[in-house]
Amino acid sequence: MNRVVITGMGIYSVIGKNLEEVKDSLYHGKSGIILDPTRKKLGFRSALTGMVERPVLKGVLDRRMRVGLPVQGEYAYIATLEALKNAAIDEAFLEKNEIGILYGNDSSALSVVESVDILRQKKDSMMIGSGYIFQSMNSTVSMNLSVIFKLKGVNFTVSGACASGSHAIGIGYLLIQQGLQDVIICGGAQEINPESTASFDALNAFSVRESEPTKASRPFDRDRDGLVPSGGAATVILESYESAIKRGATIFGEVVGYGFSSNGEHISIPNVDGPVRAMQMSLKMAQMKSEMIDYINAHATSTQAGDSKEAIAIDRLFHRSRPFVSSTKSMTGHEMWMGGASEIVYSTLMMNHSFVAPNINFNNPDETTASLNIAHTTVEKEIGSFLSNSFGFGGTNSSLIIRKFNR
Amino acid sequence: MQDEVIKSRIDQLLIDEIELDKDQLHPEADLKKDLGIDSLDFVDLFVIVENNFGFKMKAEEMSEIRTLQDFYDYIIKRVNPS
Repeated sequence: MNRVVITGMGIYSVIGKNLEEVKDSLYHGKSGIILDPTRKKLGFRSALTGMVERPVLKGVLDRRMRVGLPVQGEYAYIATLEALKNAAIDEAFLEKNEIGILYGNDSSALSVVESVDILRQKKDSMMIGSGYIFQSMNSTVSMNLSVIFKLKGVNFTVSGACASGSHAIGIGYLLIQQGLQDVIICGGAQEINPESTASFDALNAFSVRESEPTKASRPFDRDRDGLVPSGGAATVILESYESAIKRGATIFGEVVGYGFSSNGEHISIPNVDGPVRAMQMSLKMAQMKSEMIDYINAHATSTQAGDSKEAIAIDRLFHRSRPFVSSTKSMTGHEMWMGGASEIVYSTLMMNHSFVAPNINFNNPDETTASLNIAHTTVEKEIGSFLSNSFGFGGTNSSLIIRKFNR
Repeated sequence: MQDEVIKSRIDQLLIDEIELDKDQLHPEADLKKDLGIDSLDFVDLFVIVENNFGFKMKAEEMSEIRTLQDFYDYIIKRVNPS
């Protein structure tokens, strides 16, 4: 079976619009959370959100390419552009080879709302125009980027709720491992707008610490009161070891394990067993003992139930070695469909720059989170391998293990 | 509305909305071959025409519009029916 390596990364996030900015934010524990007054006016229970400005693509992409691209597709385009550059993959290489795309995305709500608003107002479907159909499908990101970058390999979207981006990388890993593709653009994208988060706000799942936006996302902390929605996009170029060596590519890490499972219980209430099985499967695939993991990038979103269950699950498997654990969602908020991919980018940056980013706002543990070795400040540390968890509605779980590349 | 005013308005809309270059806009230019207006762009022209000239284009009429001059003539005829 082929070894699978990471040869490029790109990021457009609420804590930075490129790898360099994001690395600095991670190191310094910078939050990207703000209070959005529009949401307050609309009647949101919580107006907290991660925020990043919309990329300006006029003059960069032609009109036809822009018309069908929703905002999360714009984020994904910028992230992918950076990742391809980072991987030293140019247009000629894309033209000559069967490069695939597997992107995580699970909504395009704003485009749906806007197009139906036009229909309701104008009473004529012809007034919707040509772009909204391509903007509003779940596969919008893979659909658009495959055309923009002229890709000829595997091309579909992975929708697995808040584990979408992680599953996309996992599936890409398996396809390359099996020798079915040499290079796949993997990633995750998440729209940022009230339209896509209103129904989530209705579940009382968001933090209401509106007086202190940057302190609202506090995974594992005793006083956490909910998640903060966020978004952006992250791209990871997965490549077979053979192809990477042939190109003389820089290798940022090796994907060695992908574990997945389903809780088989409640649609929104997490459990312990499902995440335990996903992590166990990833360790088994990687042929690694739990002691070999130096850092865990937790899914922990800052909800009472989710963080507790994950803490118990991690403790069950890692109580002997107690690796450093942090949730970068403390800084970024919950990037949902994007999170599983962005957290691979964040953790790989940490691995390549020898530090563990802090789980900011972690002041006091509770009885379940006290067992973890949580990095509450930045830790200078060599990371040989890390595990990244992503869980989602319906009880979907994904665990990825990335190892520092060693010939 | 005078014919020349309509023509210059169409040109400006093609520049602003379809992002064509001014120097591409010759009356004899073929909408598809020379200006690159494809079937999806025609869908957007429906919206542009209704929003700017206040009438609905009919899909079946579009098959007879080949050049920019055909498009000018079509719009002029609908705006100023003689």
